[in-house]
Amino acid sequence: MSGAAATAVEAPVAAPARHRPLVVLLRRAWRQPRTKVGVVVVVLLVGTALIGPLVAPHDPAAFVGAPYSHPGSGHLLGTDNLGRDVLSRFLWGGLSILGLAAAATAIGLTLGLTVGLIAAYSRSWLDDALMRTMDVILAFPAIVLALVAIATVGPKLWLLVLAVALTTLPRVARVSRGAAVEVVERDFVQAAEALGVSRVRLLASEVLPNITSTVMVEASLRLTYAVGLIAGLSFLGFGEQPPAADWGLMINENRQGLTVQPWGVVLPVIAIALLTIGTSLIGDGLARASAGIDRGGGE
Amino acid sequence: MSAIAARAAAVARPRGIWGFILRRILLGLVTLFLVSIVIFAATQALPGDAARAILGRNATPQSLATLRKQLNLDRPVLDQYFSWLGNFLSGNLGHSLVANEPVTSLIGKAVENSAFLMLLAGLVSVPLAILVGSVAARRRDRAFDHATSIGTLTLAALPEFVTAIALVVLFGTTVSRILPAVSLIPPDSPPWDHLEELILPVAALTLAVVPYITRIMRASMIEVLESDYVEMARLKGLDERTVLWRHALPNGIAPTIQVIALNLAYLAGGIVVVEFVFGYPGIGAEFVGAVSNRDVPTVQALAMLIAATYVVLNVFADVATILVSPRLRTSLQ
Repeated sequence: MSGAAATAVEAPVAAPARHRPLVVLLRRAWRQPRTKVGVVVVVLLVGTALIGPLVAPHDPAAFVGAPYSHPGSGHLLGTDNLGRDVLSRFLWGGLSILGLAAAATAIGLTLGLTVGLIAAYSRSWLDDALMRTMDVILAFPAIVLALVAIATVGPKLWLLVLAVALTTLPRVARVSRGAAVEVVERDFVQAAEALGVSRVRLLASEVLPNITSTVMVEASLRLTYAVGLIAGLSFLGFGEQPPAADWGLMINENRQGLTVQPWGVVLPVIAIALLTIGTSLIGDGLARASAGIDRGGGE
Repeated sequence: MSAIAARAAAVARPRGIWGFILRRILLGLVTLFLVSIVIFAATQALPGDAARAILGRNATPQSLATLRKQLNLDRPVLDQYFSWLGNFLSGNLGHSLVANEPVTSLIGKAVENSAFLMLLAGLVSVPLAILVGSVAARRRDRAFDHATSIGTLTLAALPEFVTAIALVVLFGTTVSRILPAVSLIPPDSPPWDHLEELILPVAALTLAVVPYITRIMRASMIEVLESDYVEMARLKGLDERTVLWRHALPNGIAPTIQVIALNLAYLAGGIVVVEFVFGYPGIGAEFVGAVSNRDVPTVQALAMLIAATYVVLNVFADVATILVSPRLRTSLQ
């Protein structure tokens, strides 16, 4: 018990809220001002990334002036290290980071949840084996794990997604196992078991809905990390390859010219900073809301 | 990691605290062994021809043969692994494919530089976080506390390279040029002779770990400040400063030891990007270079080194937690 108790979150959602725990959580989270700020910031940035390519004044790979030109007519925020339009490259460069981070989080979350639920439900050697495996993955700093993979296969986007998902997996597995371990002991699960409901259905329709608040908080936290990790790896040159427009890569390409023409660095840095701050504000709002629910519905 | 501590504590009960520490160290060694298998498997034991994967499609048959011999690729996988591990344990980290010199001599200076960087970052961030956290707890729900709360939430969200680049923009290049933006440390001089170059990298690492320690310190101090013995000290007529720093602080730090150690472990990963940003000649920058060049022996050695630092600090976190928390300690006896 002591091992589980240390990671376990208090059992979420009492009976009345059981029907739509997710709706209750989101409604409570929305009441927090920080959640609203986070959502606005994230929506703005996702909007920029999605609509950006449609409104960009130039082709992101086109040369429109001398390298590191100052802002002026024709190139609103100047040009980059090769003379391409900074604004256009910025407007094009958000999609890859958002897409890759979302994909990595989704994969990591799905796998982590699966491992966590199976471990919590099995109550056997399988539980130990799975969680010890997670511990080994956790023994690497996330970025080192990703870089080891890249060293052998090379900078491929699918690998980037898989590597980041792999670092997400054990953290989600731990948290969801901790939350699920208490749920599987409850009467309604035992009842469903006695009725002969299949294990997959049992985990998906009886256990999973009861750990949604924990999973939602973890998901937003993991998304924040995934954005940072993906952006960081593209900054190091292991993500999108030139001449692609990508916020992380842009920072690296233009940092030699910081004293001459800072926009090529400042713009993507601000965007990545706001994006991670936004997702973590949402996560914090969700965490506060879920703590309120756990305490029995108090505000 | 507290789960591990608690689980190990439960098992270790009969043999007391030394039994626990021994178990935790053994668990750490087992983890390191498994880590070495993961690193080896990921870099060398892939299905297919590792030599071709490393050198690329345009490699000459000659260079392929040399590399296969160097990595023992002509021998069975288990054989390769154990000879790699054996060499590793005896201090032979292999031969760099790019620099054409032993990995040990390649990374020797980098290890010294990185160790000093991490040490400085720890020496700055831990006291700073303890101070800010304590003051925030003392002024709970006042302006300073709210500012700290927003500040730590924001900083904790930022990736290290974003913080690092922001520092370069603010202090090294665009906004002002009061600090060196690049940490050029000559190979023949020790890092402590170049403290000015270290300011920005240390600041970037500090900003990465301070938020977490500050938050836990604040929570811990709030609990302590509401306790009976602090009330008692106040009733004795001691002035608030003495109560805060002499009576409350030592008790408030104990629960944060684990988070401090975990965050110092986090620095082991944080240096990878931060060193790259500042061109600081440490193992992080070296690691990124080795990954770009696909210098497999160097990647293996540095990944092992960074993971080992991380594992050791994690073990230390669990042991320290047991040592400083009276409740856990007595449950072991």
